[in-house]
Amino acid sequence: MALTFTTPNSHSRILSVGAYRPSRIIPNSEIVDRIDSSDEWIRERSGIESRRFAGPDDSVITMALAASEQAITRSGLSVSDIDAVIVATITYPFQTPSAATELILKLGNPKAAAFDISAACAGFCYGVGMAADLIRCGTAQNVLVVGVEKLSDFTDPDDRGTAFIFADGAGAVVIGKSETAGIGPMIWGSDAESRDAILMSPSWIDLKAPGSVGWPDISMQGQTVFRWAVYQMAPVALKALKVAGLTPETLAAFVPHQANMRIIDAMAKSMKLPETVAIARDVRVSGNTSAASVPIAMDALLTERPDLHGKSALIIGFGAGLVYAAQAIELPPVPNKAPNK
Amino acid sequence: MALTQDAVLAGIKEIVEEVAGIPAASIEMGKNFTDDLDVDSLSMVEVVVAAEERFGVKIPDEQVTELKTVGDAVNFILSQAK
Repeated sequence: MALTFTTPNSHSRILSVGAYRPSRIIPNSEIVDRIDSSDEWIRERSGIESRRFAGPDDSVITMALAASEQAITRSGLSVSDIDAVIVATITYPFQTPSAATELILKLGNPKAAAFDISAACAGFCYGVGMAADLIRCGTAQNVLVVGVEKLSDFTDPDDRGTAFIFADGAGAVVIGKSETAGIGPMIWGSDAESRDAILMSPSWIDLKAPGSVGWPDISMQGQTVFRWAVYQMAPVALKALKVAGLTPETLAAFVPHQANMRIIDAMAKSMKLPETVAIARDVRVSGNTSAASVPIAMDALLTERPDLHGKSALIIGFGAGLVYAAQAIELPPVPNKAPNK
Repeated sequence: MALTQDAVLAGIKEIVEEVAGIPAASIEMGKNFTDDLDVDSLSMVEVVVAAEERFGVKIPDEQVTELKTVGDAVNFILSQAK
């Protein structure tokens, strides 16, 4: 006997975005001494002028909560309308239970489906793709997707390859049903042959062993990652555009993972994006916040360019694994200003 | 037609000028990419990928750090293009 499975929603879209930037602004001058560097050196290699680090009262959960509450308010929905929560993070300091379950408890919605995904800098875009599919299948009606990182807990301040890049923050979107397609097909995958290019080491098990080898930090092979990001990810981004029926000429905005300004610029050049495309360059003042960078950059771009609300954008995340995901989206509409019911 | 050293050097000059804005006239076989030409590690990746496309060779990541001078790059490309 065939089972019953109704799929009531044709499409999904991003209803709103929210972001939380920790209050501690860290200029390059606070980073340079321990890596024998200079403000000029960091700007030339990354485009980063400053980044945000979590303050004493900021945790993965408090940051995620602030971004989520802003996104939910802007969506016009109430917390109880959210029936699934996906948190993309690699820096929640507990293996279990998940960050998502702590978040829904703090949000006051402890019955929602909740889980974390570990896809590093691609995590947010993985989450958007999963949320879109959950909604289209009718498994969920409104999904909160959060990207949050407190990378300062897992960055070696003496490592010249990462100390000036990684940062902290949170971003969130509410995704709901739509009569027209607001989220295009996800192009995703991995290049796991190069999974050593970005690594956390040592493992938790090593940390427990007698004569401990020290706290785990994330290290990165900069040239390998740069090459992969620019020359392997540009075709992925173009494919995500194509399957959504867009071209670089019809695209309004490009919101890539804020890995490094040099990667963003080289990707845009490789994709031959015309000057009409607004490019998110939030890395300049936010650093690389891994899973949080795309929604934080989206929020910053919409603040700077409110005319882009409702326009087309391409988002792409790529990072440790090496893993990637990209999709064309319609940017969220002008935020709801009425108080939630 | 086999690649010549002059042809590869001319190609590298064009690529380095395009990627890093270094005048082609100042690029010679003995020049060190980092110390003499101020080509940083990320620009070096762009140079390498452009050279791969232009000359139809593969330059693996682990080889990139070995290419200290323009001559190193020219000779490696010639060795791979055979």
